[in-house]
Amino acid sequence: MTDSNKTPSGNGTGNGKDYKWVGTRAVRPDGVDKVTGRAKFGADLHLPNMLVGKVLRSPHAHAHIRSIDTSAAEALSGVKAVITRDDFSDQPKGAVQPAGEMTINYRDMVRNVMAREKALYEGHAIAAVAAVDARIAAKALSLIKVDFEVLPHVIDPVAAMESGAPIIQEDLMTEGMEQSPGAMTNIAKRVEFGHGDVAVGFAEADVVIEREFTTQPVHQAYIEPHACVASMTEDGQGELWLSTQGHYVARGHCATLLGLDVSKLRVQASEIGGGFGGKTVVYLEPLALALSRKACQPVKMAMTREEVFRATGPTSGAHLWVKVGATNDGRITAADAVLKYQAGAFPGSPVAQGAQCAFAPYELNHVRTIGYDILVNRAKVAAYRAPGAPIAEYATESVMDEIAGVIGMDPLEFRLKNAPKQGSQSSYGPKFPVIGCIETLEAARDHDHYQSPLKAGQGRGVATGYWFNIGGQTSATLNLSEDGSVALVLGTVDVGGTRASLSMMAAEELGIDLDKVRPMIGDTSALGYNMLTGGSRVTFAGGIAVVGAAQDLIGTLKDRAAKFWDIPVDDVEWAEGEARATNGYTDNMQPLSLQEIAKDMAKTGGPIVGAHSINAQGAGPSFGTHVVDVDVDRETGRVWVTRYTVVQDAGKAIHPSYVEGQYQGGAVQGIGWALNEEYIYDDKGRLENAGFLDYRVPVCSDVPMIDTVIVEVANPTHPYGVRGVGETPIVPPMAAISNALANALGIRFTDLPMSPPRVLAAIKAANGDATTAS
Amino acid sequence: MRYEAPQTVDQAISLLAGTHGNPRVLAGGTDLLVQLRAGFIDPELIVDIKQIDETTAITAEDGGFRVGAAVSGARLKEHDTLSLLWPGVVEAADLIGSTQIQGRASMGGNLCNASPAADTVPALIAAGATCALAGPGGRREVPVEEICTGPGQTILTDGEFVVSILLPARGSRSGDAYLRFIPRTEMDIAVVGVGVSLSLGADGQCSAARVAVGAVAPTALLVPAAAEALVGGVVDDAAIDAMAAAVRAVCRPIDDKRGTVAYRIEVAGVLAGRVCRIALERAGST
Repeated sequence: MTDSNKTPSGNGTGNGKDYKWVGTRAVRPDGVDKVTGRAKFGADLHLPNMLVGKVLRSPHAHAHIRSIDTSAAEALSGVKAVITRDDFSDQPKGAVQPAGEMTINYRDMVRNVMAREKALYEGHAIAAVAAVDARIAAKALSLIKVDFEVLPHVIDPVAAMESGAPIIQEDLMTEGMEQSPGAMTNIAKRVEFGHGDVAVGFAEADVVIEREFTTQPVHQAYIEPHACVASMTEDGQGELWLSTQGHYVARGHCATLLGLDVSKLRVQASEIGGGFGGKTVVYLEPLALALSRKACQPVKMAMTREEVFRATGPTSGAHLWVKVGATNDGRITAADAVLKYQAGAFPGSPVAQGAQCAFAPYELNHVRTIGYDILVNRAKVAAYRAPGAPIAEYATESVMDEIAGVIGMDPLEFRLKNAPKQGSQSSYGPKFPVIGCIETLEAARDHDHYQSPLKAGQGRGVATGYWFNIGGQTSATLNLSEDGSVALVLGTVDVGGTRASLSMMAAEELGIDLDKVRPMIGDTSALGYNMLTGGSRVTFAGGIAVVGAAQDLIGTLKDRAAKFWDIPVDDVEWAEGEARATNGYTDNMQPLSLQEIAKDMAKTGGPIVGAHSINAQGAGPSFGTHVVDVDVDRETGRVWVTRYTVVQDAGKAIHPSYVEGQYQGGAVQGIGWALNEEYIYDDKGRLENAGFLDYRVPVCSDVPMIDTVIVEVANPTHPYGVRGVGETPIVPPMAAISNALANALGIRFTDLPMSPPRVLAAIKAANGDATTAS
Repeated sequence: MRYEAPQTVDQAISLLAGTHGNPRVLAGGTDLLVQLRAGFIDPELIVDIKQIDETTAITAEDGGFRVGAAVSGARLKEHDTLSLLWPGVVEAADLIGSTQIQGRASMGGNLCNASPAADTVPALIAAGATCALAGPGGRREVPVEEICTGPGQTILTDGEFVVSILLPARGSRSGDAYLRFIPRTEMDIAVVGVGVSLSLGADGQCSAARVAVGAVAPTALLVPAAAEALVGGVVDDAAIDAMAAAVRAVCRPIDDKRGTVAYRIEVAGVLAGRVCRIALERAGST
């Protein structure tokens, strides 16, 4: 069964029945490996004759590369291969293809993995070597001579839009905007969404608030740095082991950049130590393959933390303008926003997604969002949880909070009054399917946290977030073993406990013990194509594929039972893990268990396999509302998050612990984004805080226990009602914390991060203290 | 690169003095190994001093304690009588790194790394601690505030190293404290750090005080003017404000990724006041 885009009905179908596995907190199948240190991550594979690969990176934010002399490095004993831009063919212009939540342009990608004409950011790869050990590889890098012509650089998105700004790519044309002939620009794209007429809407408003905001680039801060092992043979076949969110996608990228047949490259995903969107692209992998192809030996490459910060995709920093009008009774009459996002050195910021999500939690008659994708001399941005949405919704949810305050309305009641429901036209066009925005807001309003009084000096803030979620191409197989246990082969990398949740749906469908299902992530030759793990899609799309594979398996099991009993298959049903005869045969035929059918499968027709391949549609969007309390040290500007509650619609929580984990993780990453995380550049465009000491993600003791409420408004397109849950949790925190600070201090912050110096300066300015401390 | 672990101070001196190419002393290694891995240093010789009795012992001396330069933060914290005598020093050492780092990191290393932001250094200066140095020219005892001369720079001569740190005796009605400001709760580097040690006379007036501040100048600073604001009177709000103003007056920090000039100066005064109140409370309860 390989052709169906139709959702298999399965046993779930939102009928409210009690499930045996779905909704339980089963032990995860990868748990023992993770807690005992057995789990094999990207850098944990060791092959015979394996070389070590290292990358020479640009020390300049922007420079022409006049020449690269690798002769001395090649002559060094122990060096087996050296590669530069000359080892990669250029890619045709305009070859753009969608990949997950981002788009891929191979002409850009070949330049991003190895600089060609120019180094476009500090840390841009210039050359790479493979040597017998790390010391020799490092020595070889020091022997490579690069003749740079350093160029002026630009980091700030607003500065990059000005005429006279350093031009990152001389041949860039602005998509979606008229451009005078010959004029060079850093604006890669302009997008616009909305409906109605905002001028009409603002004319109806009693109160209008208009604010500008900035956000800084932030990194996904996955704990495991990028790492891979590549092995190419003399006959042009290859194997690649890597830490990735999508090994099929990585295979396609690498095959394209190296000019290989896709099927000649077999790719295996390692366990992954975090990705959050940052491991949806390739950096080291094409280099490792190219080095291995030259050396005809396996090559391992692993980034240092510093390389991760300098050379891999964070998300955009941005400049945001938001204007909202409302009537005194709390109805929003118009909403307008202009979003300017840093793309990094190549087009592709998530500004379109930000523009679409900006006002999604509201039903509006007049709305417009305009977005600009702007090139700057930083590493190209990569996806980061709900790419683009947290940036836009930080600004819009701050203004919504402020306007609710001005008209004297409770911020949750204000949101409820303007909340979208099924059939509402979204702010970006389509009508909403079944959604749980109102249910989520009501659950937040009624929660003990929102009802509890604050301590003196504290402030409370709320914000709502939205993310679309996606489906996509997915393939899964259930292979029945001779003892009745089942191997579940998946092609979607498990970043958030999906081996557990997908196994649970398989066990539920088959009516067998979860312990009898052994899930594994197959390599790229084991299954049809699987899109990467991203877009909060795996429990949704993977769930449909697994339920379909289980139904396919059950169909075969019923066939075999019918054959065994010699009765029509229509008179066989599958229930509680066994085939049962129906329609008058019941008395004569003892039910056949899965084990019994498996034992005799050779006699009834041979191996039994269930498979399902889909391009899943109908992902259910997810709304979340966060409630946060803060305390402020008014003498140092330090903000303490004292209580935090995440309320979000999951559709159906297959494994509640991992849903809660997503909610909590998003909140914690958001706390870091709100309070401390930022890229700090010097005047030459070099990153000053390329490490976790000075790029301050929260540590455990920085955050309170994050309370969670799982709202379940079933998604009718999924057999169990699942919505994606992984991304929405990072959307509300920045606005919620900013709103809490405004509540505590009476000061509206418009720049992230709200770090101690910035908060103290604002307190002192508000107190009329001339000697501001920032 | 060569690694040696001598058993005696003299052996360590001859190794250090007899090697060219910038030999480095290894105590806990929590700075040294990071610098090695990052490629900041490439020494020909590493001398591990943790096999030497003197550098790893805590011994009572003249009513105070002599702490070996390589004694870990964890061992320091477990020493009950030392913790009672100099709680501010012990809490400063305890702020360094994580639980795992605490098993290794030493005050000797923290001092000799010569970071302006080192946590133990302002606390040691406030305590009036001295260092025993040993080198080819013999031994000498030097006040802690004289060891560092700039970021990464010390008065140590070729072949010389810190053997131990003496925390002196003190009278009753004395207290010390250390606080630092970081944007997180732990695992961070001081934006500002302040140590205060003071003693009260029978009349309740401040009879002696030492105030030191870190991360606001190329080295941690002893601030005599701040002490003078406290000594000879009751430590009331006015005295504390004057002390804090004196601390702010000596700050000459830089703008960097960890804080701005104005912010550091402001917070130095805030912390000085808070630290002074803790030290005062401790003095009153002993």
